[in-house]
Amino acid sequence: MTMNKAVVEIRNVDFAYDDILVLKDITLTIEEGNFLGIVGPNGSGKTTLLKLILGLIHPLRGSVRVFGQAPERARHSIGYVPQHAEIDSSFPISVMDVVLIGRLGKAPLIGRYRKIDREMAEEALKEVEIYEFRDHRFGTLSGGQKQRVLMARALVGKPEMLLLDEPTVSIDGRVEQDIYELLKRLNEKATIILVSHDLGFISTYVNRVACVNRSLVCNPTEHVTSDVIEACYGGPVHMIKHKCEL
Amino acid sequence: MFEFIHVLQSQAFMQNAVIVGLLASVACGVMGTYVVTRRIVFISGGISHTVLGGMGAAYYYGFNPIHGAFVLAIISALLIGFVSLRYHQHEDTLIGALWAVGMAVGILFIYKTPGYNVDLMSYLFGNILMVKRESMLFVACLDLVIILLVIVFYKRFLAVCFDEEYTRLQGVSVESTYLLLLCLVAVTVVMLIQVVGIILVIALLTLPAATARYFASSLGKMMILASLFGAVFTTSGLVISYKQDLPSGATIIVVAGLAYIMATALKGLISRFRSYDKK
Repeated sequence: MTMNKAVVEIRNVDFAYDDILVLKDITLTIEEGNFLGIVGPNGSGKTTLLKLILGLIHPLRGSVRVFGQAPERARHSIGYVPQHAEIDSSFPISVMDVVLIGRLGKAPLIGRYRKIDREMAEEALKEVEIYEFRDHRFGTLSGGQKQRVLMARALVGKPEMLLLDEPTVSIDGRVEQDIYELLKRLNEKATIILVSHDLGFISTYVNRVACVNRSLVCNPTEHVTSDVIEACYGGPVHMIKHKCEL
Repeated sequence: MFEFIHVLQSQAFMQNAVIVGLLASVACGVMGTYVVTRRIVFISGGISHTVLGGMGAAYYYGFNPIHGAFVLAIISALLIGFVSLRYHQHEDTLIGALWAVGMAVGILFIYKTPGYNVDLMSYLFGNILMVKRESMLFVACLDLVIILLVIVFYKRFLAVCFDEEYTRLQGVSVESTYLLLLCLVAVTVVMLIQVVGIILVIALLTLPAATARYFASSLGKMMILASLFGAVFTTSGLVISYKQDLPSGATIIVVAGLAYIMATALKGLISRFRSYDKK
């Protein structure tokens, strides 16, 4: 295996919400072209780890570097896909307008979006195969469709790295598979970091797995065996039988 | 109805009332849309009640109470906005404190003002029939400012209301956009206080927009529809209050509330029929 350029370097990071330590002594390097799955039980600090990489929160101790820079400075190279369930589905907004938010930082400060912004949004919608829904109201879409729209919003900025938070939560199995196939295709161009509480399915797609439960339980360069997963989840997990190819 | 039109033609006070009601509907529809979709109803309530302190102080020192309200509305919007962005967990405590302290200060000032204090009730519950020509101009100017700023910053306001976190990731200053939005809400609150008073203002800010949300597919359409609803509610409220000899502010709010309940029921029925169709 050749050593690729490190795109994310997390060194000895601690993070706490108020006085509760959520992440403890995390060290993790993610290389260019990786498809990394971050797994762990609910409340284990997976989303917190994503937010540290995005620079939305800052570590108590240790350092986070993204593309060799402070996370805030690297944001324009990152596409972020939050959990669709956390987005207000009663909000009156069209699919196209959701995707255009991904161009907000590059569009002019005042007035409307430019033609180029709209064209790029359309292109992103086509890439995730949801273009025909561009005029629909976002809240009326199904979970899988919403997920694709949020992926289009992340792709419209032409990111070098994609971060996804539970992309398949509350989505049925067949659609889930479609989304992973899409991600596999996107992985040819971008590094992907994906958070999931369910390792069973993702292990067939990702090429590295990191298990988080406050601390990084398994070293992602080792083989992920069921023993390691059990150590991470704190008990036998019958669903997780896949052996991860690394 | 004919009687009302006759009064409208002959009486300046009724003309003023209808025109101010219509002008205020524009701001109430546009800003109410943001208040409802961004879920800052409680913040708006905090601003509107705090304002009594400014009105009382202005009244005591012999200024126009509406100008006092204007100054305090902006101050409280900035203060609440700052705390809500920085120390989110203390937001509702601060709003509650400002809400009550603002009103208490206002009442103390009004109590200490020499003379007969007839104005307190009209501050609290509004008296649109008392509005003067010059406040019509004031309301029209504020409308213009609000519409201009909303057109200029439309895509930013939309992004901040829909997904604040993602907007921040775009490198856009969420703080300044949010504070500007709250200041515009504050301006609208002051405008609407003249129509329905401090206590009822929150209903006029939210009910037309909440009703419009059932039928609108975009923020822009929701604003237009909410403004139309606002105009219908204020005007029909005025007609009914005149006919039945009722307080105008309270009548307007009851009309708006009934319309909202009917719209909610209608929407529920429609979606139930749709789900039957699917089966």
